[in-house]
Amino acid sequence: MSLETRDQELLARYAEHAGLDAVEQLRQLADRLTGLKVVHVNSTRRGGGVAEILEAMIPLMRALGLDASWEVIEGTQDFFACTKSFHNALQGKALQIPPDQLRAYEAVNAENAKRLRPVLEAADVVFIHDPQPAPLLGHCAVRQGKWIWRCHIDLSHPYRPVWKHLRQFLLGYDASVFSLDAFAQPMPHPVFLIPPSIDPLSEKNLPLDPAAANDVLGEFNIDHERPLVAQISRFDRFKDPVGVIAAYRMAKEYVPSLQLVLAGGTAADDPEGEAVLKEVREAASDDSDIHVLSSGHYSDRTINALQSAADIVLQKSLREGFGLTVTEAMWKGKPVIGGNTGGIRLQLLDHRTGFLVDTPEGAAMRIRYLLSERHRISQIGQAARELVRQNFLVTRHLREYLTMMVALTHGLEDRIELG
Amino acid sequence: MLQFAIKDCALAIVATGRRAQTLREMRSVLRDVHPGSIYHHFWGTLLRPQPAEREYNNDFASWCSQSLHDAPAAERLAVIDPARYSNIEDLRQELSEVIDERLDETELMLFARADQQFHFARSVTVVFDTHKVLAHPRELVDALPQMSVGSIFYHFIDARKREPLRRDDFQAWLSGLGSEYAGLIESIAGIDPYFESLFVLRNRLSEILARHFGETASAKVERPGPGRPRVLTP
Repeated sequence: MSLETRDQELLARYAEHAGLDAVEQLRQLADRLTGLKVVHVNSTRRGGGVAEILEAMIPLMRALGLDASWEVIEGTQDFFACTKSFHNALQGKALQIPPDQLRAYEAVNAENAKRLRPVLEAADVVFIHDPQPAPLLGHCAVRQGKWIWRCHIDLSHPYRPVWKHLRQFLLGYDASVFSLDAFAQPMPHPVFLIPPSIDPLSEKNLPLDPAAANDVLGEFNIDHERPLVAQISRFDRFKDPVGVIAAYRMAKEYVPSLQLVLAGGTAADDPEGEAVLKEVREAASDDSDIHVLSSGHYSDRTINALQSAADIVLQKSLREGFGLTVTEAMWKGKPVIGGNTGGIRLQLLDHRTGFLVDTPEGAAMRIRYLLSERHRISQIGQAARELVRQNFLVTRHLREYLTMMVALTHGLEDRIELG
Repeated sequence: MLQFAIKDCALAIVATGRRAQTLREMRSVLRDVHPGSIYHHFWGTLLRPQPAEREYNNDFASWCSQSLHDAPAAERLAVIDPARYSNIEDLRQELSEVIDERLDETELMLFARADQQFHFARSVTVVFDTHKVLAHPRELVDALPQMSVGSIFYHFIDARKREPLRRDDFQAWLSGLGSEYAGLIESIAGIDPYFESLFVLRNRLSEILARHFGETASAKVERPGPGRPRVLTP
């Protein structure tokens, strides 16, 4: 198959999900950027939301005629310990980072720069994702293009000493991108607001045959004929899994056949994760209809099956950046009951594509409501899927990247008229 | 005959770094915030996630309602029609006066939660030519349902800022073609753009065009409402 045919087929597949007009708009914007060398840099090829987005974004950019590539920096143990601490501190945790880790952070970037410099200096646009590769800019003195720092982290309340340290590496960038206005910090360059997205063609989001989803439920001894609510999320206090169990118990008094699945993992570098999981197991121990799946590394297909088979999906977070699991569930036509916090408030339209709640009681009431008015499940689910189609697919995400690239190359005037 | 060049647009949203937690703070920022921010919070809302029917039609009113729980302020801000102001500075003045009036009559200062502050943003509008040109109004019957929401925004909303008589581009085009389209222009003028999503606006425009030119509207376009896939004509 020729490259051109393959590209057209890929665009046609996106058009099936996002709509012809969305893809046509991408083509027209990309026409102005044909041949542009765009390089994305992050710190991992597999796992995590950033890699998931880039896996979809790079082929899509290429199919539209951009010369897009993806580079991954290689790090040491000290480097990743440092960037993990950055991550926690930038989300508000007060901590000190040992000087040797900070040195490792800079040394690893200097080492990677030796390898990447020719590609980065020749690029028209460079996207640096998150703090890990941020110092690369300082090693590319004769860079030609625009450099954009893409922050996927909620920076609304950073631990100031760490933010101040990181910020010095960001001052030379031409622009930053944050997912939400509330997550942004003032910068000496333009700050764009672009929410993340999901890929409708990924294994996690492709339509799944109900029989196949039921088979997966069977593997975990979940009865596919009884109502099921699910929260697919890390075992983390901010995700409030114990609150989800409390909501389930209140709802079960009215719907005795109700089942709950809590599926997720604990991050290896999160000492609290194991403690939270223990609390969850204790809270669930007397009820065989609560399924706590905690091995951590479920395949995309398993996650797809659990989301697809659930009647209602919860993401009862107490604090949340942009919860991609909310969008994934909505894409599968599920009403989502989400915590009234952070990005969830943008992702979910209260009462129309799901419900925002502040307490376990609120979640219980919405579960009861939906299970007693079952026509509302499909009604809200349909609206949820349509909201995602219009706003949270990777095609919209790319449209905003392309628009930003055009804006940056035209001087950020209020209105840019292209011929 | 005058031709109609279909354009499209996309917005890049840029944070201004300014924010407000109370109505007084909002008033203070409005004094000198970038004019593009006022435009964005009145019009840009249409290109963001929203229900088919909106409770309030601009971000200032929505924030007063949802985050400050100040219904009188929300209602008074919602009634401001930005298309009636010939420039952003007049609109800025009107906004400020409405807020001042509310501040004068309230004894309690309402605060939004720290995580529900109003963040002032502005947008950069990138306009591009689709290279599609219509030679006759009848061609709108097929073309409208195919237009992206960016095109609808550009021709039906953004036009009111560009066009001297503050009309949408469809009315402007039709009015240049003689009196035979007076009825059609009147029907289009009857659509209030501030209460519906761009998808619904596209459907309503399509229905009016199809009806006028004797087509069956229902075969061409979807009915308003969330969740229903759009029917595209081949």
